[in-house]
Amino acid sequence: MATHAVRVNGLTRQFQDRKILDDLDLTIAPGEFVALLGRSGSGKSTLLKAIAGLDHDVTGEGTLEVPHEVAVAFQDSRLLPWLRVLDNVELGVKPGRGAAALEEVGLQGREKAWPAELSGGEQQRVALARCLVREPRLLLADEPFGALDALTRIRMHDLLRELCAKHRPAVLLVTHDVDEAVELADRVLVLQDGRIGLDLPAHDTDRTHLLSALGIGAPA
Amino acid sequence: MTHVLDRPAAVAAPAAPTRRTRLGLGRPIPYGRVLGPTLIIVVWSVASATGALDPRILSAPWTIVRTGIELTENGKLPESVLTSLQRAALGFFFGAATGTLLAIASGLSRVGEALIDGTVQVKRAIPSLGLIPLLILWLGIGEEFKIVVIAVTIATIMYLQTHAALTGIDSRYVELAEAVGLNRAQYVRKVVFPGALPGFFLGLRLAVTASWLSLVVLEQINATSGIGYLMFQAQNYGQTDVIVVGLVVYGLFGFVSDAVLRLVERRALAWRRTLSG
Repeated sequence: MATHAVRVNGLTRQFQDRKILDDLDLTIAPGEFVALLGRSGSGKSTLLKAIAGLDHDVTGEGTLEVPHEVAVAFQDSRLLPWLRVLDNVELGVKPGRGAAALEEVGLQGREKAWPAELSGGEQQRVALARCLVREPRLLLADEPFGALDALTRIRMHDLLRELCAKHRPAVLLVTHDVDEAVELADRVLVLQDGRIGLDLPAHDTDRTHLLSALGIGAPA
Repeated sequence: MTHVLDRPAAVAAPAAPTRRTRLGLGRPIPYGRVLGPTLIIVVWSVASATGALDPRILSAPWTIVRTGIELTENGKLPESVLTSLQRAALGFFFGAATGTLLAIASGLSRVGEALIDGTVQVKRAIPSLGLIPLLILWLGIGEEFKIVVIAVTIATIMYLQTHAALTGIDSRYVELAEAVGLNRAQYVRKVVFPGALPGFFLGLRLAVTASWLSLVVLEQINATSGIGYLMFQAQNYGQTDVIVVGLVVYGLFGFVSDAVLRLVERRALAWRRTLSG
């Protein structure tokens, strides 16, 4: 078994003259849950897309070691509206395991529904099920709960924690929510000036420390 | 907080809250849409019955109904309808097939796009009916010529709509397809084609309207059969009743074809129904 799920070395990404990622290094252990914070425009999504291999037409260099089994969760559930729920879950994999994955996210019996018939929270559960059937060794999540209401978000946190404890993928969760990061992750990173500016274990992280790294001063 | 309750009664809101004046249109009149046309027919009937409306300008409604029945019984109308329908259907079929295939070739490959798209865009600038003189020289004035003119019109419309739909797939879905590792064939089958279907249907509905328009124009130049020919002859003899019968048939063509397409569209795009409520 590899000692790391992801290893990023000297990653640089730039758009025109602006360097978004500048010689960034990052290693994530197998089964480790890492949250990535950063101001908007700091390059969180750029990093996630680079690791997911979804960044076309960008210039940059660096080496990426990423497992083959990667699943990506987007901010919007990104279900194809013309496929029924089950077909969305099994998109790109051999059919058969979708129903079990739907059961794991609490949506048994909704296999035949159209995405538009589901609530926002349910759609995001389907998206999680779509990640699950891939049995990922790495889960990349780009603010997956950003568009949900506060109550639904709490329930999704519980679900995600439960699923991660069971399946143990390495997770890179991009978020702008400090509390979410501290609550869910083993390790919290802050992206600053194109690099990992702060790298702390989540359990004894000082919230104000993280906030100040994000440019929000502690109340006087 | 109790002091809030101690306020004098005069300041409190009136027992029944005053309702604001409604600015929206309010409830629709039952069967309102039929009202206008019915009124026109009533006025028309009265004018015809009292002799205020000269039959040489416009025949009475009952004359038109009688003429319609006569033309049906002596076989003239069914024959003309069949001829016209055949022209429109063949033109529509070949045009839609050609336009859609060209759009797929151009929408799914850059080489196809380079070869086809510019050419069709140039064609788009030229109204298809403007090609009539050239096509008469090439094909004569027979059925082939009529079918080709309709097909060219339809193909252009179908190409433009389908191509726009194929190339306009939401980039978020493209990213998803990449993220879940679809190959190209799966991507086309699961993402591009179903995603382009609404645009394709929009094209069909625009095309069917255009095919009737082309048909009307074609049947009034050098035709020796069909609804248009029937009407053209009636014009020579001043038979306004026959002309109106022809107009009613054209109207039915348009109405029925659009209704059929809507029905097919509703079935094919069942996933959309939930979006619109």
